[in-house]
Amino acid sequence: MHSTLAIEASGLVKTFGEVRAVDGVDLAVRSGSVYGVLGPNGAGKTTTIRMLATLLRPDSGSARVLGHDILHEADAVRGLVSLTGQLASVDEDLTGRENLVLLGRLLGLKRPDAKARAGELLEAFGLADAAGRLVKQYSGGMRRRLDIAASLVVTPRLMFLDEPTTGLDPRSRNQVWDIIRALVAGETTILLCTQYLDEADQLADGIAVIDHGKVIAEGTPGQLKASVGSGALHVRLLDPDQRPEAQRVLERELGSVHLEADPAALSASCADSDRAAEGIAELSRAGVGIGSFSLGQPTLDEVFLALTGHPAEDQTPEEGIEEEQTV
Amino acid sequence: MSTNPTTQAAAAEAAALRKALASTPRPPRAGALSAALTFGWRGMLKVKHVPEQLLDVTITPVMFVLLFTYVFGGAIAGSTGDYLDYILPGVLVMSVLFTTVYSGVALNTDLTKGVVDRFRSLPIWRPAPLVGALLGDSVRYLVAGTVIVVLGLILGFRPSAGVGGVVAALALVIVFAFGLSWVFTTLGLLMRSPNAVMNAGFMGIFPLTFLSNVFVEPDTLPSALEAVVNANPISVLATASRGLMEGDASGGDIAIVLGTAAALTAVFGPLTTRLYRNRT
Repeated sequence: MHSTLAIEASGLVKTFGEVRAVDGVDLAVRSGSVYGVLGPNGAGKTTTIRMLATLLRPDSGSARVLGHDILHEADAVRGLVSLTGQLASVDEDLTGRENLVLLGRLLGLKRPDAKARAGELLEAFGLADAAGRLVKQYSGGMRRRLDIAASLVVTPRLMFLDEPTTGLDPRSRNQVWDIIRALVAGETTILLCTQYLDEADQLADGIAVIDHGKVIAEGTPGQLKASVGSGALHVRLLDPDQRPEAQRVLERELGSVHLEADPAALSASCADSDRAAEGIAELSRAGVGIGSFSLGQPTLDEVFLALTGHPAEDQTPEEGIEEEQTV
Repeated sequence: MSTNPTTQAAAAEAAALRKALASTPRPPRAGALSAALTFGWRGMLKVKHVPEQLLDVTITPVMFVLLFTYVFGGAIAGSTGDYLDYILPGVLVMSVLFTTVYSGVALNTDLTKGVVDRFRSLPIWRPAPLVGALLGDSVRYLVAGTVIVVLGLILGFRPSAGVGGVVAALALVIVFAFGLSWVFTTLGLLMRSPNAVMNAGFMGIFPLTFLSNVFVEPDTLPSALEAVVNANPISVLATASRGLMEGDASGGDIAIVLGTAAALTAVFGPLTTRLYRNRT
């Protein structure tokens, strides 16, 4: 009965009208790990989480969470997981403290215990000063921290974190990351949905890349990078106007080329250093001035590009929310 | 990194974080009633933070009592004093039943917020959030009812059954309102916006209230209409409330009111719970 897999999902499908939001997702998440589900908005991440958290019935497919079937043992699942949703899952008409006491009571804590636990979490999450303020007056970062605290009132065996840092400033993002890292030290398994590649890279042990409702690649961050090629050649040109020419040369020599946000930079997936050197030589032969170049591990951004043929963050930010409202 | 006050503070914070994140034993699950009452408490907290929410159960009933008594009293009953005896239990019924529509509006508003996802993912008795919200709303019904009775007493309303009768009438109206509010929570889960719930709700409750004996004696009506009015459960509720306040209530009427409330709860309670659970 006791499985070493915290989540085993096979063939999960969910359709909203015409849209196949989730189109046959398989997942295997080891207990005690942080598992990243990486994809752009509208890829089906939130819908997948909502099915696993028993909020949404899959149209087909099945999943076991901590050994319990999400359809037939939904109540057992709910007893072991907690959810931090994409829309902040806290009550903004109550204060921070009231939110946590409310959840403590609903989870079965006696009133004094619920109060004590709320105080402890508020303190730990840097919210003690704001404890008596209504959540609607909280900043985005404070709201997120409260949201995560609310998921920890009673330690869950599995925690769903749906885009915990979306919309946060870098400082708040770092605070949330620190909390997630501290959580990993415990026994809680975390399913982390994110559209930020560096977030998955920094926090996750395993990653599933999801696009258009399908898992298109899976593995450790290292494996994913390796699957794209052993590395990438990054080139920074002296003259941005020469980038089209450089792109032609590198595409001919090395294959797929990615234009960076920096107008003078581009990168090409490249299997070995000899070919990279050849590419550089071709560039100088073509008269392209090179400022600097390096051969390194591909970033997850490049992984995404290589897997999907489009960059990860080119879709409209509203899509993820639309997907929930289309009933 | 050198030790300075900032890193020390950071270290202390990290220690507090680790302590808070240390695994806590899972308490036994909250009981059904305890969970529902906790949601009722949530409703009360909202009122505490935004007391203006009580306007519709305080100012509105006062307005109804004054308007109906002094505008219609002379024309309908010959004098405002005589009409007050008739209309006061009626306004009590009307005001409380109108308030039930807001239970649906409030639920619909709640659904647009992320917190509902958290409630739905908790290991609690499934109807607890809904039952709790309605228990909280029952407190609002009680406030509305009390305001009306107190104002009536000030204006000269003297119920012959005394305090006991008034309390019994109030309780009966609240029980019926609890049953009826399940209809509006169902509506609240089916409609797309709080405004739509409000409009649809009043489109139902408004004619239903006026097509009852809340304002006029049914025998003044055309006979076809009189039959409709007499069959309306709101008429039965108004008659039973008057009876309880005057000390001549019919047990049959009270049974019909309680039966209707039970039937509404039995049908629309599970329906609301089902819709709430399956809401995407």
